[in-house]
Amino acid sequence: MVPQNLRYTKDHEWILADGDTATVGITDFAQKQLGDVVYVELPAVGTVLAVHQTIGTIESVKAVSEIFSPVSGEVVETNGRLADAPEAVNQDPYGQGWIFKLKLANKGDLEALMSDSEYETRLAGLEH
Amino acid sequence: MKRTRFNANHRRLGARMIEFVGWDMPVEYKGIIDEHLACRTAAGLFDVGHMGEIHITGKDALAFVQHISPNDASRLSPGMVQYTALLTDRGTYVDDMLVYCLHPEFYLLVVNASNTDKDYAYIVGQKDGFAVALDNPSDRYSQLALQGRRAVEILQPLTDLPLAGMKSFTAAFGKVCEKECLVSRTGYTGEDGFEIYTLDPDPGILWDAIIEKGTPLGLQPIGLGARDTLRLEAKLPLYGNDIDETTTPLEADFKWIVKFKKGDFLGRDVLVRQNEGGLARKLVGFEVVDKGIARPHYPVFLGGSQVGHVASGTFSPLFKKSLGLAYLPLAQAVVGTEFEIGIRTNRVKARVVPTPFYKRDY
Repeated sequence: MVPQNLRYTKDHEWILADGDTATVGITDFAQKQLGDVVYVELPAVGTVLAVHQTIGTIESVKAVSEIFSPVSGEVVETNGRLADAPEAVNQDPYGQGWIFKLKLANKGDLEALMSDSEYETRLAGLEH
Repeated sequence: MKRTRFNANHRRLGARMIEFVGWDMPVEYKGIIDEHLACRTAAGLFDVGHMGEIHITGKDALAFVQHISPNDASRLSPGMVQYTALLTDRGTYVDDMLVYCLHPEFYLLVVNASNTDKDYAYIVGQKDGFAVALDNPSDRYSQLALQGRRAVEILQPLTDLPLAGMKSFTAAFGKVCEKECLVSRTGYTGEDGFEIYTLDPDPGILWDAIIEKGTPLGLQPIGLGARDTLRLEAKLPLYGNDIDETTTPLEADFKWIVKFKKGDFLGRDVLVRQNEGGLARKLVGFEVVDKGIARPHYPVFLGGSQVGHVASGTFSPLFKKSLGLAYLPLAQAVVGTEFEIGIRTNRVKARVVPTPFYKRDY
């Protein structure tokens, strides 16, 4: 079961909208695929992002994966904790392992993302 | 996809499986870092049943091994093991391998899974004029590696072989869990430990018994992910990354496996010339000084111009930084040289450091 209050992308990121700001992270499925995360390259605060723009990278021991912006907006905060404790992405992907927050440029962007049940259907499809 | 005879054991433990050169293999169980550190501090159990095994038997077995290997197999008596290479006539690597002398007329070669068929075809092509029989029974072999400082303690209760007195790079036949096995004191992690071969068609109990004995002592099952980080910290080369048909053992810093005085062998002429004329490049170990993780194929820059690629590179779970191997021009292939690695759009600083990165202290 994935959290019901989030929206999801095909890149296995989640986004939590709260008014006109939103928090972004990667899903539990994504962190399991990556394995032990050892370094997260974060976007600079103030960076203006288009939908699906590459904004950073997550390095695990064995792989490197890009972080995309699920929506358009401006980066307002990044998770400084990840510099010293990147393993938070593995241990608590929907909580302390969040990656960045942005100010939404267009709330309509959220409509294009998957709901929890749509994402679960997608995950079920990947397991076969 | 091929499966080893321990496939069900991995699945019962919840391993994440991937395809590796046509084999369905465990890449991780609890996670690479956990597994890596368990092997460094206690022990790890690896399924390496995908490795290839080639038999050379007959009157000319030694002469044939001497022909295909740059190391000196005449130094081996039955029960001894030697690290060596299989070389092209250009002195470059077809593969690296272990040679087991099991009998004066019976040698076992253990080769990389990715190369087994290529190696066997190549070796068969060298057979003319030698009174030997060649066989590739790789699919009948199972192989486990038990590695780590607690390996003796874990394995001894399961075998009639006296393990403590067994020297490094020796092998003996004996029973493990009542199964006929060949056990050698060898490995690919930088730790003490054993590699266990068996032709038993149903060897699953070996895995389960070692897990059961070892778990209370800190042993973990280890997947291909940590196998790679462990071998890299010990600067053990990986075929396809660090060595291949474009590199020679001299360039790879394995001059000690090339015994020029033993007589002729495949690739000798080229290696003699390379040895006398001087190398153009050499494989070195480096650490990344800036942030970032070096990975295979990332470009390597010296003084602003590209001089090659990262051969192996990863995050080291033990040292908590990025370590790797790369070929550098000989003059710069010395400890202390600083160079740059292209990591996506950045160029990050790296430095040549002494190797092996990890050397066991027991």
